[in-house]
Amino acid sequence: MLEVLEVSGLVTFQDSGRHGWGSFGVPTSGPMDWFAHHAANSLVGNSTNSTVIEIGLGEVVFRAKRNCVLAVTGAGYEVLNYVWTFPLWTSFFVRAGWVVHIKKISGGNWAYLACAGEFEVGSILDSHSTYLRGGLGDKIHTGDLLQMGKPSRELLKLAAQNFPVGKYMAYSQLPVIEVIEGPQKIRFTEQGIQIFLNSEYTLSTSFDRMGYRLEGNSVAHNFGADLISEGMTMGSVQIPANGQPIVMMADAPTTGGYPKIANVVKASLPLLAQCEAGVSKIKFKEITVEEAQIKYKKTSEVFKISEV
Amino acid sequence: MFKPLGDSALLVQLGDKIDPAINQRVHALDALLQTNSIAGIVETVPAYCTLLIHYDPLILTFDQATHWVRNEMTRLDDSFHRTPRRLEVPIRYGGASGLDLEAVSVAKSISIADVIRLHSEREYTVYMMGFTPGFPYLGTLDERLIMPRMESPRTLVKASSVAIAGSQTGIYPLDSPGGWHLIGWTPLKLFDPTRESPFLFAPGDVIKFIPLEDDYA
Repeated sequence: MLEVLEVSGLVTFQDSGRHGWGSFGVPTSGPMDWFAHHAANSLVGNSTNSTVIEIGLGEVVFRAKRNCVLAVTGAGYEVLNYVWTFPLWTSFFVRAGWVVHIKKISGGNWAYLACAGEFEVGSILDSHSTYLRGGLGDKIHTGDLLQMGKPSRELLKLAAQNFPVGKYMAYSQLPVIEVIEGPQKIRFTEQGIQIFLNSEYTLSTSFDRMGYRLEGNSVAHNFGADLISEGMTMGSVQIPANGQPIVMMADAPTTGGYPKIANVVKASLPLLAQCEAGVSKIKFKEITVEEAQIKYKKTSEVFKISEV
Repeated sequence: MFKPLGDSALLVQLGDKIDPAINQRVHALDALLQTNSIAGIVETVPAYCTLLIHYDPLILTFDQATHWVRNEMTRLDDSFHRTPRRLEVPIRYGGASGLDLEAVSVAKSISIADVIRLHSEREYTVYMMGFTPGFPYLGTLDERLIMPRMESPRTLVKASSVAIAGSQTGIYPLDSPGGWHLIGWTPLKLFDPTRESPFLFAPGDVIKFIPLEDDYA
């Protein structure tokens, strides 16, 4: 059990998402950075879709009530235990009574805290993911006692694991985000599409789990910005009337009514999720759906090995 | 007709307008695909004239997913005339939970009694669900009740409020912000995750509003 001593920002439970309720308007939720989420789980011997704690826009301090093995992944955070730091992307042994601080620094937005044996929290609509706007689950509060399940192996065998060298996600302040052309590409002027693909964008400070508003050169529509509402996904790039792109993220509504110029590919979503507001310079590059699916398979391969 | 939406979803476009026949075809295709689902299909999201199919790209490629849907569609006509589920929704018009009923009456120069009659006398189809979990987009509203959305949305609309906007009517399942005109309230709870069926309505259902006796009118 972990006792939460201090918490700020947006700290929630997330598994790999809520599937099967989209036709009723229930968003998928799940992690903002699926790669870091999967990595945190695999480092502590959990299956990749297990429940972890996502820490965003703030930080958390907790005390371990029993011996446990933890891992923290993601970007923009460091993990302190009294006076020394644990590196991210490793699993580490924590003794009962130790206080651990997951502290915000620069370089990203989201950290993932996994424990050997997975955090135990009630399931709503077949998922442990928190969806605050829909009242599914709640934020983690000061004083909460976080329950941990049974580890898959002896703790000492799970501690001190490193994420395979060379398999990291290449988080960057100058990311090239790969996209597939959107179903409403013809709703934009040729010049508008060129502007989208050849400009640099920054992330607005008003971002959350639902969407990332980008700021930069405006993209012009061909026949106005209204679309009959249709389904969309995490990564869908909508262009509202003001021409500034909005990329839908983990808590994206199931449907949307703005034309979609492009869709960020799964392999690039972690890079975008960890972009820093006002700092990162974001560029887009178009690839084919075939190329994207090969890249996603390749990016996911590291987890197949570690799950054996 | 078949377009990728990123690397994990396939958008099937069956038309380009809000039309009952097109929407019925969307729900018929959705039902057909649910019945004959294959490994790798995660979920489907029917909307007015599109069906979005989410799939797992570690199991299916875009071409394989498209091939499957194209094949199923050749059989669509057989299952086309699916009988929809019909549901009655009690509603109390006006008062504290239908704050805009009078404003609608004034704006459209129709008596309150006629607004209620026009809203409650016809059946509506759940064209799609979205916005918040369990919000049904119901159509099509009588033309005499068509009004644009409010210029400035309310920051809080109470759960179970019934509202209209454009050619649609809808019911807010949760306390949420909202820009539609509130005309009434239903005692039904649209969404309750602890129920065996958490949602009262499903896309494709047909709904009729039944005015409660103690109407404001």
